[in-house]
Amino acid sequence: MRKINNINNNQEILTTADGVPLKASLNRALRRERNISLLLVTPLFVFVLIAFLFPIADMLFLSVDNKIVVEKLPRTVPLLADWDETGTVLPDEQIYKALVQDINAGTVDKTILRLGRRLNFEQGGMSSLFRRSVRKLKRLKEPESYKAATIRIHRKWGDLATWRLIKRLSGKFTPTYFYSAVDGGVDKAGHFVRNPENQRIYLKLFVRTILLSLLITLFTIILGYPISYLLATLPTKLSNLLMILVLLPFWTSLLVRTTSWITLLQREGVINDLLVWIGVVDNAHRLTMIHNQIGTIVAMTHILLPFMVLPLFSVMKTIPPNYMRAARSMGATQFRAFLRIYLPNTVPGIGAGCILVFILSIGYYITPSLVGGTSGTFISNLIAYHVQGSLNWGLGAALGTMLLMFVLALYVLYDKVVGLDNIKLG
Amino acid sequence: MEEIQKSYDGETLVIKNMNMDVTRGEFLTMLGPSGSGKTTCLMMVAGFEPATHGEIYLNDRPINKVPPHKRGIGMVFQDYALFPHMTVAENLEFPLKVRKMSKEECKQRIKRVLDMVQLRGFEGRRPSQLSGGQQQRIAVARSMVFDPDLILMDEPLGALDKNLREQMQLEIRHIHERLGVTVIYVTHDQSEALTMSDRIAVFDDGVIQQLAHPDKLYEEPENAFVAHFIGENNRLLGNILEADDKNCKIELDSKDIIQAKNVNIAGIGNRTTLSLRPERVIIEPAPGSMPNIFNARVEELIYLGDHIRTRLKVCGHDDFVVKVANSSARAALNKGETVKIGWNIEDCRALDPSG
Amino acid sequence: MYKIIKQTLLAMIVVSFTAGIALAKTKLVIVSWGGAYTTSQQKAYHDPYMKLNPNIQIINDDSAAAGPAKLRAMSKAGNVTWDLLDAVASDSIALCDEGLVEEVDHDAILAPAPDGTPASADFGDLIVSPCFVPTIVYATTFGYRKDAFATPPTTIADVFDLKKFPGGRTLEKKPIGNFEWALIADGVDPDKVYEVLATPEGVDRAFKKLDTIKDSVIWWSTGSEPVKNLVAGQVVIGSAYNGRLFNAIAAEKQPLAMMWDWQYFDLDGWVIPKGSPHLKEIKKYLRFAADTQRLADQAKYISYGPARKSSAPLVGKHAELGVDMKPHMPTNPINAKHRLVKNYEFWADHEVEYTEKFLAWVVK
Repeated sequence: MRKINNINNNQEILTTADGVPLKASLNRALRRERNISLLLVTPLFVFVLIAFLFPIADMLFLSVDNKIVVEKLPRTVPLLADWDETGTVLPDEQIYKALVQDINAGTVDKTILRLGRRLNFEQGGMSSLFRRSVRKLKRLKEPESYKAATIRIHRKWGDLATWRLIKRLSGKFTPTYFYSAVDGGVDKAGHFVRNPENQRIYLKLFVRTILLSLLITLFTIILGYPISYLLATLPTKLSNLLMILVLLPFWTSLLVRTTSWITLLQREGVINDLLVWIGVVDNAHRLTMIHNQIGTIVAMTHILLPFMVLPLFSVMKTIPPNYMRAARSMGATQFRAFLRIYLPNTVPGIGAGCILVFILSIGYYITPSLVGGTSGTFISNLIAYHVQGSLNWGLGAALGTMLLMFVLALYVLYDKVVGLDNIKLG
Repeated sequence: MEEIQKSYDGETLVIKNMNMDVTRGEFLTMLGPSGSGKTTCLMMVAGFEPATHGEIYLNDRPINKVPPHKRGIGMVFQDYALFPHMTVAENLEFPLKVRKMSKEECKQRIKRVLDMVQLRGFEGRRPSQLSGGQQQRIAVARSMVFDPDLILMDEPLGALDKNLREQMQLEIRHIHERLGVTVIYVTHDQSEALTMSDRIAVFDDGVIQQLAHPDKLYEEPENAFVAHFIGENNRLLGNILEADDKNCKIELDSKDIIQAKNVNIAGIGNRTTLSLRPERVIIEPAPGSMPNIFNARVEELIYLGDHIRTRLKVCGHDDFVVKVANSSARAALNKGETVKIGWNIEDCRALDPSG
Repeated sequence: MYKIIKQTLLAMIVVSFTAGIALAKTKLVIVSWGGAYTTSQQKAYHDPYMKLNPNIQIINDDSAAAGPAKLRAMSKAGNVTWDLLDAVASDSIALCDEGLVEEVDHDAILAPAPDGTPASADFGDLIVSPCFVPTIVYATTFGYRKDAFATPPTTIADVFDLKKFPGGRTLEKKPIGNFEWALIADGVDPDKVYEVLATPEGVDRAFKKLDTIKDSVIWWSTGSEPVKNLVAGQVVIGSAYNGRLFNAIAAEKQPLAMMWDWQYFDLDGWVIPKGSPHLKEIKKYLRFAADTQRLADQAKYISYGPARKSSAPLVGKHAELGVDMKPHMPTNPINAKHRLVKNYEFWADHEVEYTEKFLAWVVK
């Protein structure tokens, strides 16, 4: 090594034929290549940025964003800083006056009711408090006491809870969406408390989503492994035909596939009819296989099966048949050779398939909502409700963020246990 | 000790009626072009392909119905088939663990075979961290670690470059000599077969064309295919004029008459192929010293160091090759000039017309 | 020669371009619920309007179910492409609060009744939000299988009586409606339902009543599900939109019947998205489409009651079935003997809170 360095040091600078230093010339050539490749990936990069990174960043932001309170109550919020929310005394006259000014200012551009809706997510009744107050406050002309007048307009303005809520939410960011997302709220002192047992829902659905997804993943392995093996070992002509059958579900709409499961599984459905006809099941006691967890598991296993088969197939395709022969020639039975040699070599495919199926299934919501009934719905159904129904995007974002964090944690765990380089899609 | 007799029928016969026996401790090579049935034959011995007809014996015991894992036959594959998820030691341990050997014995045996292939200290490596030659050696070691009665090798050196291949040929040969284990070896490379084998079975079209020692195979090929497949060979086609037990007279298509050794001919009036090794042709023999002396025109000279490959036009054939040793005789040959060449009756073998 | 070709080409381009401008229609994007409902609007509103105004083309978008969320997202992105959105009353209130839809001056924009009554008086208290133009009154009521019982159910209490009326139930997966029905079935004075429901004890009482049938209930979330399950025999009594039930009974001749006791009135109508690209044109459209005759016409195609008082006498026979629609209207006095009107303010305050409680109860 040193010898080479010496030679380099002793040498004069190399130049190309036209006298440009060789290094500069090489750099220029390399830079051109680099620029071209950068140019080629730019569209993809921009696409990922717009379609993937921005929305995720936006979601993370939405889950803690609370600037609406400061924005809509710019006079009230600073004054509230000095008010003791733990005491039993209502804010003073000055704060009430600021509130009236803020609300009247917000009435002009008709956006103050948005604040009412925001506060209503935390405490029922805030929405109507604002809607009722707006009209009446507008007519309020220089009263003797803003405090008394405001409380006369709506008794909730004389309620400590209303003011505590406003003060608690006066920051630009808030953890309250996350509190709600883990079935909690705050007590009077502003500390996190869990909801009563019978009102908890989100964590319960998280756990159920994860458990059912694991089950679905397991079923796709059990069903997908033999299929993939068959595909990988059959002659190409036959395996191509089978592959089309495996991929067929991909070419039909998700809704069609899901509703066809309803036709099959419902009480008056094909399978029940068949069972009654055979005599296995009594007509009066037809099996309930849909609108519950069975429905979700069956339909989703079917829908997600290709995502297990494809990586498994492509990994199995690369395993030379000689591995099994070698193992058998060394004295291993068919079973042992499979267990010790074939199976370990398909682990990367199983890993990739599991990650694909599991991540896809914990985010599913159309299928569970159609065939899951109440016991087969997923956390995504509630996220959809908050995004589309209640318009509580903050809570929806907080739930989504938790789901994302869970998946990332799982990813890290997988990396630690199995190793990410052990994933193979083909 | 072993008597194999088998035939393998499908819609077409891949292996036609075939008999072969391998002696204990022998290094037998199955040589033939691809598609000649040699690998199928090996797979039947190993038990991965069933024989459709006939019976295979190992130590006088019929093994047709014995599943592969109970046959106790070691095997080396062309792609080595080392298990990528296991270390070298684990790979070697696999057949021992299957046989429920004690930890101590496993260790000793692994050490022994690694010494044998000179790869001590590689126990903890994965196959992907080894070079091609090292992988090959581990594959050989793995096939031997459980002391099988028989080791099958299916073109184990096919993936190596030429130098390494030649080195490995000798190594495998030495290991075989040291252990005295029986080996059936499959290759399509004739020089590899000649280097390594005690005996060679030349395969073509699902039939063993000749099974013999390497030197005999080269010197005394029994048919045109073997003569052509093993080593270089000048072929002259002609009709049989007269023949006795030892010799025969052949009229070539160019009307020249050649005297040859009668090895494998049909009878007077039939076609035959004459086979003549290039190194057995003598340039400018003393007149009358040989029965076959002809005029030849020098078409091409290729300098190969120790000898000069000379292409001549003789008796209507312009692909007649003669190897001329690199000595003073070289000066006598020039392109375009006509020389006299000759050969002995024993060196010119009259064989079947095909091939 | 070359020159001639060039000139002809140029002329063709110019001609087609100007023709294109002349032919280009104003495209109004109207978002509604799809299916039979959009068809009824198409026949009663859109088609006659386009006939009168050939330069207007109405494009239907069927995404009203996710309307509020999509509108909010469009508004956030600053790219509102919708001109009119069909929304249920509660959503119209929420959208109005959010400032996502235009406030409308009903008397200025909408046509008065044929007798001259201003629009605001003709619609009356159905204008539940300053942004809302009501079009129909629909009811969530009960349907049952005629073959399931010897004596049919007649009261809301029967829905909760599994002994007298055994079999599966189907209810909407929402607290709205179910809470009110549970309390009335439990003996609460219908006038005081919302007072009771505002207290935690009232909510507990509603849950307790719902607990008695919970195990027999299949919860639905889209309008087609309850009728499908009734037809399939999966359940024997269930709440459903009256229009859907009418369709199953009158058009498909399914063995179902309706039970109108304490039917739950709700409203549906138009809101104009803020930032609509054709504000002027859409207001002109509304003057036509929300007049007395047009609202009455819609009832020919779907069994929902018109929101104008002046439309009621004009409701005639179903356009295809020839059935007189009056007895099937939720607003028909016989059907409306016992009716609940959704308290929008109450639910605007409590929907989120009670929905969470309700879902937690459902999942439990």
